[in-house]
Amino acid sequence: MLQSKFKSLTPRNDVLSFVVLAVLLLVLLPLLFDIFRLNLIGKYLTFAFVAIGLVLSWGLGGILSLGQGIFFGIGGYAMAMFLKLEASTPENTAIQSTPGIPDFMDWNQLTALPWFWEPFHSFGFTLVAIIVLPAIFAYIIGAAMFKRRVGGVYFAIITQAIAAILTILIIGQQGYTGGVNGITDLRTLLGWDIRTDSAKYILYFVNAILLLAVLVAAQYIRKSKLGRLLVAMRDSEDRVRFSGYDVDNYKIFIFCIAGIFSSIGGAMFTLQVGFMSPSLIGIVPSIEMVIFAAVGGNLSIFGAVYGALIVNWAKTILSESYPEVWLFAMGALFIAVVLAFPKGLAGLYETYLQPKVDKLLDKKLKKDKAE
Amino acid sequence: MYQQKDFVLSVEGLTVSFDGFKAVNNVSFYIEEQEIRVIIGPNGAGKTTILDLICGKTKSTEGSIKFKGKELTKLREHEIVHAGVGRKFQNPSIYEDLTVFENLELSYPKGKKVWGALTFTRDQAVIDKVNEIAEMIFLKEMLQSKASLLSHGQKQWLEIGMLLIQDPELLMLDEPVAGMSVSERKQTAALLQKITQDRSVLVIEHDMHFVEEIADRVTVMHQGQVLSEGSMDHVQSDPKVIEVYLGH
Ligand SMILES: Nc1ncnc2c1ncn2[C@@H]1O[C@H](COP(=O)(O)OP(=O)(O)OP(=O)(O)O)[C@@H](O)[C@H]1O
Ligand SMILES: [Mg+2]
Repeated sequence: MLQSKFKSLTPRNDVLSFVVLAVLLLVLLPLLFDIFRLNLIGKYLTFAFVAIGLVLSWGLGGILSLGQGIFFGIGGYAMAMFLKLEASTPENTAIQSTPGIPDFMDWNQLTALPWFWEPFHSFGFTLVAIIVLPAIFAYIIGAAMFKRRVGGVYFAIITQAIAAILTILIIGQQGYTGGVNGITDLRTLLGWDIRTDSAKYILYFVNAILLLAVLVAAQYIRKSKLGRLLVAMRDSEDRVRFSGYDVDNYKIFIFCIAGIFSSIGGAMFTLQVGFMSPSLIGIVPSIEMVIFAAVGGNLSIFGAVYGALIVNWAKTILSESYPEVWLFAMGALFIAVVLAFPKGLAGLYETYLQPKVDKLLDKKLKKDKAE
Repeated sequence: MYQQKDFVLSVEGLTVSFDGFKAVNNVSFYIEEQEIRVIIGPNGAGKTTILDLICGKTKSTEGSIKFKGKELTKLREHEIVHAGVGRKFQNPSIYEDLTVFENLELSYPKGKKVWGALTFTRDQAVIDKVNEIAEMIFLKEMLQSKASLLSHGQKQWLEIGMLLIQDPELLMLDEPVAGMSVSERKQTAALLQKITQDRSVLVIEHDMHFVEEIADRVTVMHQGQVLSEGSMDHVQSDPKVIEVYLGH
């Protein structure tokens, strides 16, 4: 029975998608690109964590959050706070008027570390915070909204507003948060210099493996009864409710999961890119994250990864040459996807390529059997 | 004597007002065990609203709804379901993107909490039950089809099946034969006769032939109030009912 459960979790096409992606991330890309480019790809992939969460909550469950930057930021800032404290030893900061606290605090005339920074001296606490904080935050938002039956567009707008408020708060409280510049000049993780090429290689692989792990978790959820319930809620919420389910709890749950995934992505962003700032958590980045999921196909967890890779790639190229065009290009892209390819890249794959792949696989299976 | 019996459902003085408009106004009625009760009445009479009130979709302004002695007006929707009340909506509400099997499976009374749903396994008991119900609702051959491919009548059956698998003691059906062909209607009447053997049923219906075929008792509603109640013959000869139906 366990075997049959495992089978139902791993349809042939999903296994194939997973293997192809794993080979791409772990073998092909590292072979094809130098560390500078690979580090960029690693950065793009941190957004894939968010996009996968959006596939679960939005694609499956119909809960569109336009504020996933909030959770990306929670993970990112948690990691950044830990790294910043490690970088701010009394020796490193001897020239400050208060040595031993982060430089931006000193510039802002703070003379002691704020209480909420203290626990981030501990790496263990930081790791727990990266998982637990977004869950708590998502729970509070989710409970406040879904128990009051706020959904749809209203939910989207409110999450967006929260992302905006959080950004304003961070920018305003410069002394506590590093303000608009964010938390920069991060150096070592438990004494290990994360700025070197070898560290960047290792972090790329850690990130890729974490992403694959998140995909496995997402696949489990998708294929469980809970996954089918989410689809059912999207189709007919009342029917689910009057079939004896406390619908609000399911929404809260999947919103928490999406938040946790995003937070892991944020933490990996900080580690690979070396800073965290409000520019990654506000309205625009939050909407971008939705576009990654939409381009990949908001029903496909694998599509989400490709969506994040391709759109970010395009963004890098475009904004290098025409920075002012990017926002418009992205808006156009979103409209095009919604109108012309509502199932995104994954939809294109399913209609055009998958039948051929299926045929090939079937042929191969028959041959194997014949032999 | 009639009052002495054990009622499955007692609705007393039920009122709901939407911004001053009383869609249901001081309605009382009682349903016995294994009774098939049909509510009829012109459009906008408040029939659907009564079901909404019983299943918790709408909160009442006044009055009480007792199900097996338990007050329902204070419970949340899923708690009312767990108490044993099942409800079919006026427009077939099914999960179009899931298969017929999955539609039925989601109503199976197991794994209703988040953790339970995450760890739910499709064991033999589930498969057997789904097959049994699918047979009853004439959808055995369609189990693996997407529900969106079903005809309108089949969707109605599927939703009835989703309720049956829940095994409620009180089954409420809002216009179950609306949009059905004559033969589908006959099948549905037979289905209802079969499934009502071990439960009470509250049906809203416009189709008088269908009502005559299935009803034990009929409640006629008009402008949010009960106009008449009794056997089909009784209400059909009630002058107040005749006036409402023929006077307009
Ligand atoms: N949530 C609501 N808010 C305001 N008015 C409502 C609400 N629900 C129902 N009504 C009104 O209450 C009245 C009764 O509606 P209801 O749907 O119960 O009628 P019905 O008897 O089921 O009619 P039909 O035969 O057309 O289905 C209608 O006038 C309707 O507009
Ligand atoms: Mg109605």
